[in-house]
Amino acid sequence: MNIVACVKQVPDTEALIKVKPDGSGIEEGGIKWVMNPYDEFGVEEALKLKEKLGGEVTVVSVGPARTMETIRTALAMGAEKGIHIDDPALYNADAYTTANALAAAIKEIPYDIIFCGQRAIDGDMGQVGSILAELLDIPQCTIVTKLDVGDGKATAVKPIEGAQLVLETSLPCVITAQKGLNEPRYASLPGIMKAKKKPVDVKNAAALGISVEPKAKIEKMTPPPARPPGKIIEGEDPAAKAAEVIRLLREEAKVI
Amino acid sequence: MDFSFTEEQQMIRDMSRKFADDVVMPRAEELEKTGEYPYDILAQMADLGMMGIPFPENYGGSGGDWTGMHLCIEELSRGDATLGALLDVTTSVVAQELYEFGTEEQKQKWLIPMAQGKEIGAFGLTEPGAGSDAGATKTTAQLNGDEWVINGTKQFITNIGLDTASIVIITARTKSTEERKRDQINTYIVPKGTQGFTLGKRYDKMSWQHSATHECIFEDCRIPRGYFLGKEGRGFAQHLAVLQTGRISIAAMSVGLAQACFEASLKYAKERVQFGQPIYNFQGVSFKIADMAMNIELARNMYLKACWLKDNNMPHVLEAAYAKLFASEMCEKVASDAYQIHGGYGFMNEYAVSRYYKGCKILQIVEGTSEVQRMVISRNLG
Repeated sequence: MNIVACVKQVPDTEALIKVKPDGSGIEEGGIKWVMNPYDEFGVEEALKLKEKLGGEVTVVSVGPARTMETIRTALAMGAEKGIHIDDPALYNADAYTTANALAAAIKEIPYDIIFCGQRAIDGDMGQVGSILAELLDIPQCTIVTKLDVGDGKATAVKPIEGAQLVLETSLPCVITAQKGLNEPRYASLPGIMKAKKKPVDVKNAAALGISVEPKAKIEKMTPPPARPPGKIIEGEDPAAKAAEVIRLLREEAKVI
Repeated sequence: MDFSFTEEQQMIRDMSRKFADDVVMPRAEELEKTGEYPYDILAQMADLGMMGIPFPENYGGSGGDWTGMHLCIEELSRGDATLGALLDVTTSVVAQELYEFGTEEQKQKWLIPMAQGKEIGAFGLTEPGAGSDAGATKTTAQLNGDEWVINGTKQFITNIGLDTASIVIITARTKSTEERKRDQINTYIVPKGTQGFTLGKRYDKMSWQHSATHECIFEDCRIPRGYFLGKEGRGFAQHLAVLQTGRISIAAMSVGLAQACFEASLKYAKERVQFGQPIYNFQGVSFKIADMAMNIELARNMYLKACWLKDNNMPHVLEAAYAKLFASEMCEKVASDAYQIHGGYGFMNEYAVSRYYKGCKILQIVEGTSEVQRMVISRNLG
């Protein structure tokens, strides 16, 4: 089985994010970069599938040179090879341009199933997996928490409000991974030591023959407004305090 | 000059940190309380290849280096120092002694399962009358036909009580003969379960409760001639050679434990409100934390330099001693300040700093006391 896992390198969840003074992006200096946690679920599911059905896992990522660390992490976890799409025109690209680059690279290799995280924790767009499926003209199951693959089809469980959908699709397809799908493994020491010897193709936009014209542009980033301090209502009489809470909710917060 | 890690070292560090956060930290308090060894954590460490990082794959190792291994020790010790001690004793000391000085047969028999994490090794140097003066060892080994007969007692032997402990490597004295005028100190491999080798009562310790530490008693304990380790007359020197790595390991453990103290202190100081504001706003507190961060980084740089020298086959007697001495003394100061910052809560067992404080002092004792490190340093200054 030819399995593809798309990964994105994102700031660590514990990183302190600062917006650049000109609002063009975030300050990248001093940030620790990690594999997007939802993509980790995708990589883990890809590896489990390979262990069950045989085949190999190719990991694909778009990003600057540092992205190679994330590709190597996936290789250390057990993927066989990598494709690194590295082109300055694609750094911080919008969801469509990113998906288009991934699609162009994936079209060049055989694939039966493609995993993506359901969203990346940095941009939080949640679109790349779906656009990728559209561009490849294959079915998609998004936000998946359980997956079975066999007999040329995939059965996926997707939670929705108060219930869950059970989806069945033919292969090839795109699956976007949600928390709960699995517990990602740690990269083992022998895996880490072997990761560097595994092949990674580095390609730019020209090599893939794709347009890098974005469909969406980020005009400006601003930090969220500082949270106003809470208000403690002083007093001895609970009834009076409750009345004051109601007055404030009505007149200041205007929520009732 | 290049201060950057290799990709592999970076990944080892990241993976070990994650493992410590997810698997080790949530269990540390319970382990200290019950004194029960976390065999399940040990099995996971073995599966991940943590027990044999610096050894080649044909000996069951992961084919990494000593720098990567010590990054792993630091991160694990941040979660639970006894796991750092496990890597120190088994990998840095016992497995390395087998790897460096063992015969092919000995490596096949004991090094491979140890590097794979299936078995644990223990190291027996200390005796009731031979601590810092390790050359004063009274345990004897005499050749009788094709067997060595061992008599004596080794004490404070870390991890020998674990179910998966396979051997203890000991030093013992062979009495002078007519041809050889002086006594010799040699090294022997004694498997657990050998007749005449018994464990004394498990020690009740101030901390590290779950690293099952016992006395090892040898009464006419007979081992085959082939269990002699290394070269005749070089046993003491062999032990000292691997203890040099053990010193780097204790430095890495100290840095990990101090890092845990620092992280707990920073978090607490930013949350704890007194006089109407977080106590981190007071320089009496924040300056302590600033000193912690600085001293931890200095100690980390020192142990990493010692690792780099070792990985590049360069002498590092001084650097290993500097790292061990500075890091272990730094760790005690950091743990003490962390306790101070936590105030009365630091005295409560439900706060991790109480455990950190109890666990830091021993780092100035094991693998050569602070005084021994100063002896090593002063003797090597020319």
